[in-house]
This record gives sequence, C-alpha cells and structure tokens, in this order.
Amino acid sequence: MRITCPLCGPRDRREFYYYGTDDYLNRPATDAAPAAWDDYLHNRDNPAGVTRDLWYHDMGCASWLAVTRNTVTHAILKVEAVAPVKGAAQ
Amino acid sequence: MRYSGFKVITEGLFGNKGWKPAWRDPAPKAEYDAIIIGGGGHGLSTAYYLAKNHGLTNIAVLEKGYLGSGNIGRNTTIVRANYILPGNSEFYSHSMKLWETLETDLNYNVMHSQRGLINLFHSDGQRDAFARRGNSMINQGDDAILLDREGVREHLPYLDFEQTRFPIYGGLYHPRGGTARHDAVAWGYARGADRRGVDLIQNCEVTGIDIENGRVVGVQTTRGAIKAKKVGMVVAGRSSQVAAMAGMRLPIESHVLQAFVTEGLKPVIDHVISFGMGHFYISQSDKGGLVFGGDLDFYSSYAARGNLPMVEHVMEAGMTLMPMIGRAKVLRSWGGIMDMSPDGSPIIDKTHIDGLFVDCGWNYGGFKAVPASGWCMAHLMATGESHPVAARFKLNRFATGHLLDEEGTGSQHNLH
Repeated sequence: MRITCPLCGPRDRREFYYYGTDDYLNRPATDAAPAAWDDYLHNRDNPAGVTRDLWYHDMGCASWLAVTRNTVTHAILKVEAVAPVKGAAQ
Repeated sequence: MRYSGFKVITEGLFGNKGWKPAWRDPAPKAEYDAIIIGGGGHGLSTAYYLAKNHGLTNIAVLEKGYLGSGNIGRNTTIVRANYILPGNSEFYSHSMKLWETLETDLNYNVMHSQRGLINLFHSDGQRDAFARRGNSMINQGDDAILLDREGVREHLPYLDFEQTRFPIYGGLYHPRGGTARHDAVAWGYARGADRRGVDLIQNCEVTGIDIENGRVVGVQTTRGAIKAKKVGMVVAGRSSQVAAMAGMRLPIESHVLQAFVTEGLKPVIDHVISFGMGHFYISQSDKGGLVFGGDLDFYSSYAARGNLPMVEHVMEAGMTLMPMIGRAKVLRSWGGIMDMSPDGSPIIDKTHIDGLFVDCGWNYGGFKAVPASGWCMAHLMATGESHPVAARFKLNRFATGHLLDEEGTGSQHNLH
C-alpha cells in the first residue's frame, strides 16, 4: 500500500501512522454533552467500502493527511492535507 | 449419531458407509423464539448453550455464508486464561474450564491440547509486569509459573539465548494454555446445537432488522422475513454493518490481523510461545505446520488480507527469537477482520432496543473466548441479565468510564 503525500509524493505505507476515522476532525465543543464526547471518541461508522481517515506522515513531512480509501480493496482514492480541510491554515 | 472409538472401528470395517451428515440443512421457518445472526464460533456456541442450559430449542442461527466461514476458521487457535483485570480474569477463567470439558460435552474431538503457553520477557520491568500478571492468574484460580532464563531453556532450548539485543530474561508459563482445532470447535458446536433442535440456516444473509415501537420483531433475510422476539447479533468484524440495520453505531472499528503457516514439519515446537520484544507468537499444528502471527496492520480494513510491512515485521521477530525456523517455507498467509473495541475488551450486552442483544468487540482474542462467550450470551438472551462473569462487558462502559483496558494502551481502536 502506498500513499501519495501532497508534499512528498508516493511513499511507502511504513512512513505513515494511522490515527483513525476523520470523525476526529469534528471535535465537540468543550461544553458539549458527555454523550457527544462518547460518540466522538468511541463510536464509529466503520464502513466496509469507502472511508476517510487520518494518517500522519511520521517519517516524512510530518503532515496530517485525510486519506479517502476503500477498506475492502485497500485502494487509495484521494489524499488531502488536513490543515486546509480543517481551515486551520487560514 | 454418537461418535466413539467403537464407531470409528466398525465404520472402518464396513466401508465407512454409515456416517450421516453432522447437521441438517433446514429451510427457515416463519418464526422462532430467538434468532442468532452469525454462524461462527460465538454464534454457534450461543445457540448451543441456549438449547442446553436454557431449554430454548425453537431457535435459528442465520449465516450468510457457510458455518464457520469467518474468524473461527482463520485464527491462530490459541486457548489461554492469562488476563489480569477483574472483569476479564473471571471470564477467561470460566472459558478455560469450559474448554477442559468441551470434548466430552460436545461428543466431538476439538483436539484441545493443553501444551502450555510461555510468554517471554526481556527486561526487569517486563518481568515485574509478568510476575504481577501471574499472581492475578493464581488469585483467579488458574495456573502460572514464573520461569527464569534457565527455566525457559529447559522448555525451549532452541531459542536464541545468546543474542544481546533482546535478551531472554525468562517467561510466564501457563501450563493449561494451549491450542485447539479451530474448525472443529465450530463444527462441534454446530452439531451439538443441531442435535438439540436448533436450525442452522446457511446462505441466509440478514438484510434488515425489524423494529416496532422500540422492540425487535424479526429480521429480513435473503431467504425471506423471519419473526423473532429475541435477536442476537454475533457477527464479529461485520458488527458495525449489522448494528447499522438497527440504527445503531457501535464502538467498533474493523482491522486486519494477519497470520501465517509453514509447510508441515516434524514435531519441533511443543508449546505456544510469545515473544515480548516485537509482537510474535507461534505454535505447531497437529498437521505439522508452524502457525504464527503478530500485530494488527494498524489501519481499518475489511480486505481479509494485509500488507507486506507487517509480514516483514513478523518474519523478523520470528527469526530473532528462533533462527532455526528460517528455512521453513511459508505456505499461506491470510488476514482476519477483527472487531476492535476502544479498550480491547469485548461487549456482551443488551441494546437500547428491547429483545436485541449484541456480542462483539472480540478484538484478536475471540477464539479462546468461544465457549464462555456463547455461555454468557445465551444467559443474557434467555434471562435478560448479564452472566456474572461477563457483567463488565457493557456496551455503555465507554460512556461511563468503566473501561477494561487490559494492555493499558488507551482508548483508541487500533492500539490494542
């Protein structure tokens, strides 16, 4: 499995750390109900098919990436840097 | 038909013409008292104990493929009771006791072999952790012996004791641990359930769960609608898909775990061994193949196959520990779909829908749990109450903070 990092190009899967689903981008407000935090931290759609999850280019440029991929075929469909997705770069 | 040595001999003398199929192939009825979704190890043992312990025989197991076509046929067959946390410890202890009488109980040879499990340690800190674990096991009534380096050498003289990078300090020996023939466990439970009247319905995929006014009333399947007031979801790696049919979102992420087997060799490894520096465990099957595995690939997957980095890691760990296996040829590798929970421990619980139960989150440790999981899930479905040894396997424990994090690695699905 190879992931095409937007900065570094196609790189081996070994360079990346998998964190989990992109649900992690939707962090509840600090005063959100406990149920919202439970859902955010633990519950998952866990699709058999296309999903989007967060990978960290640990042994490369240290970017957080949102990787759209197929969990049944391991095909990588799209890789985006997380910062613009989050709007954090502005 | 009861199996016995006498039966084997007489059938052998008369051309083996008297063997009958071990279970029926019934068509689904319109209604059952209870339905189990999933004809794997846990589903079949649930059905068996519902019939045996609770007298519920008007029940069906619905399997989308063939019986035992999932993880029960794809694992490294290790049976052990070496858990530390209250909640896990009593459950796996209960499971071990069921394993020890399973063959007599089922009248089926599951080739359960208590050949002993040795978890190696490689540092003072690891020794302390294993000493503590061993004490917990003894407190639970199970067996554990802390071996020093020479003690390990007596059992496992072929390990590489001379290497300096990961020195072997000793091992935690669990004599009652061992292996069993994985398929036979599914077949034994299937036959036992069938003989008590349970309908095992194969090629019958559940496509929907019917809920009225907060109560489950039945399921939709590829072989028509089937009514039931109680439905148990026992589908391991596919738990999220089945639960979604009931509008639920589970604390489960499915990951791939790879395993490997070599060509058949003469007996060389008598125990189950795990290497504590780099995840690696190995045993030798009765057929002679070395069966071994390592860690998850660490990303969510339903592919039932993994990638090469973990293959490389497992081979490296094996070669570091026991260079003698270096010339054995690997015949096959495969991947199973692991239903990883955030704390690495399972869930056997009711859901917010009346009559709908869930048994999932077995991570990569489901095989040894098959007897107790079925026992406790059957108890829950029959009585509506959690069995005492599975009382902490709650679905809502992540919200309430009552985690069972055996490894102490944190609340994230891929860390266990």
